[in-house]
Amino acid sequence: MNQEEYDFLSRLVMRTSGLHLGPNKQYLLESRLIPLAQSFDLEGIPELVARLRRSDALLETAVTEAMTTNETSFFRDITPFDELRDTILPTLIADRGTSKSLRIWCSASSTGQEPFSIAILLHEHFPEIVQNWRVEILATDIAEKMVSRCRSGEYSQLEVQRGLPIRLMVKHFEQCDGGWRVKDDLRKLVSFRRQNLLESFRHLGRFDVVFCRNVLIYFDAETKGRILGQICGCLHQDGFLVLGAAETVIGLSESFDRFRDCKSAVYRPKADSACTVSR
Amino acid sequence: MKKVMLVDDSRTVRLIGRQIVEGAGVAVAEAENGEDALEVFHREGDVDGVLLDWNMPVMDGLSCLKALRRVADASRLRIVMCTTENDFEHISQALEAGADEYVMKPFTEEIIREKLLSLATA
Repeated sequence: MNQEEYDFLSRLVMRTSGLHLGPNKQYLLESRLIPLAQSFDLEGIPELVARLRRSDALLETAVTEAMTTNETSFFRDITPFDELRDTILPTLIADRGTSKSLRIWCSASSTGQEPFSIAILLHEHFPEIVQNWRVEILATDIAEKMVSRCRSGEYSQLEVQRGLPIRLMVKHFEQCDGGWRVKDDLRKLVSFRRQNLLESFRHLGRFDVVFCRNVLIYFDAETKGRILGQICGCLHQDGFLVLGAAETVIGLSESFDRFRDCKSAVYRPKADSACTVSR
Repeated sequence: MKKVMLVDDSRTVRLIGRQIVEGAGVAVAEAENGEDALEVFHREGDVDGVLLDWNMPVMDGLSCLKALRRVADASRLRIVMCTTENDFEHISQALEAGADEYVMKPFTEEIIREKLLSLATA
């Protein structure tokens, strides 16, 4: 791949997904895009770039999806889930006794292990809330094929063994061709849709908890700040933002305070925060 | 965890298991069937984790699991079944007999580290 092709592709990926590649990531582009080019019957990167220059929306979406990272597992980095169970949800439940409503958003849900982990946690530890409250877990991802996979609720034998204790697996999954499928009572707690974090998400409504873990790391500082501003705008004033272990709002957004009762990266909107919600 | 006993009639599986377990700094004992495993368990005296195949000659994994549970409860001994028997009925049977975890073959190093050694993986 020559420098011109590299610059073109990294600009395209930045524009469509916000993913900031930086210099010298030729190997990453090639490892993801050469198989993609072949699947479109294109010879290689030069022909792929030529087709994209002539504007091909389908191919552009496929490139964007190929470049996004989908690494995840059930109960990944367990601490945020322990704190959701022990601190965040008890706080919210105490405050929402009148509305009896709970909305949680997994903003980069990939293949769905995070939203289903939250659904399992709710079923296991807050059954009366699941039974009697209006509970919604919204799972979104930039890639339509990830959203479709989430919707199927189907996982391979290897995927279902990563992070998920066997007792929870046999309780909440049933065997299907090629693996294990999430049971219906869990699936009905979770809804799925495509959402690019670079676009407005005002239409999603307000949430009590937003999980945005291990996704901001792929964006440049300006994009991170913009996304955090939008998240603040869709969080209830007393809601919670959960970031990945290696992520922070420091230097990116003035709208959040660290929630000191949790060890993981949990934040709440500042009392006087003027959050921006772009349209 | 101090010492893990790998119980499998396949030498290859024991070899792979040994590499993973020793790689995590945990000692290894080996047995090639259920009866052998009971002997090794009593002889070694300090085994506190078992990775246990199901289908083996002489004594199968489920019988071995039940025998081990008669002498060592879950607080003393972590037992993880590790088998190609990957259906709901087999898993339920093993859990009822006292297995702590269940690995469906083929496994990865990450899964063994997580389920047997209770080590968080990145």
